[in-house]
Amino acid sequence: MTQNSHSNFPWNHVIGFILSIALTLLSVWIALYTSLSITAIIWIIVSLAIIQAGIQLFMFMHIREGEGGAQVFTMVYSAIIGVIIVAGTIWVINSMMHSMSM
Amino acid sequence: MSHDEAIDPNQPLEFQTEKSRLNILGFWIFLGAEIALFGTLFATYFVLTGRLADGPGPSELFELRGVLIETFILLTSSFTCGIAIHEMRRGSRKGLMIWFILTMLLGLGFLYFEIEEFIHYIHEGASLQTSAFWSAFFTLLGTHGAHVSLGIGWMTMILIQLARNGLNSTTARKAFIISLYWHFLDVVWIFIFTGVYLLGMVM
Repeated sequence: MTQNSHSNFPWNHVIGFILSIALTLLSVWIALYTSLSITAIIWIIVSLAIIQAGIQLFMFMHIREGEGGAQVFTMVYSAIIGVIIVAGTIWVINSMMHSMSM
Repeated sequence: MSHDEAIDPNQPLEFQTEKSRLNILGFWIFLGAEIALFGTLFATYFVLTGRLADGPGPSELFELRGVLIETFILLTSSFTCGIAIHEMRRGSRKGLMIWFILTMLLGLGFLYFEIEEFIHYIHEGASLQTSAFWSAFFTLLGTHGAHVSLGIGWMTMILIQLARNGLNSTTARKAFIISLYWHFLDVVWIFIFTGVYLLGMVM
């Protein structure tokens, strides 16, 4: 069954590829050719990057196959760790800099 | 219930044995650790933005054209790598190898443009020693570039095994795992493109 569904044209990959290119160009346009505020630009292009990462995971990396549940859990868990490391560090260091300069 | 050697013919080749399924799950856990590694490098980079020590800043040196070329090469290589696994699931060893070779060539092209970009920055007076900002930049980008280089070497060895041993459940599992690694490098690059280059050009 699963093998048969893969013997046709790789639509998943082609759609994923076109979406990645489109999202990349969209974030370039939003970042460099619109007059939105910096905060708005950051929120929009980071969201677009997360969508693109999702495309890689679900359309290219077959994350739901094999031990699908455990694989999705591992990635969600690591993503949370990653967000805590990045956002937590920026928050702590920047507020430290702020209080030192007062 | 399921023994080590039990073959499940309803699964794709790389998932047919218990060992293969666990190897692939183990590789996902490794990718989780890689997220933590790149997370620390991104955190360092974002904290050190603006620490230029009177050296040049990112908005003076980043050029959209070169960055877009690198991005499109890497996105395309992720696509060709996906097609390689698609060919593998059709049972085509030849297709798998051809698309893997294309993926490697695109990886080499990416490295060429990235190294050229680094040389350009160093000529403009922004090297690893210039400022905290450029140290963080070269560490983050260099770690990603080192991963791409390692991936090319790894893929070469998988290709040799495919040529010598053919397509069986072991080589299929190895090919699938290197494909996961390659797609993951593209995931990291998406965040470098957005967080480093686009934000660097905007701010």
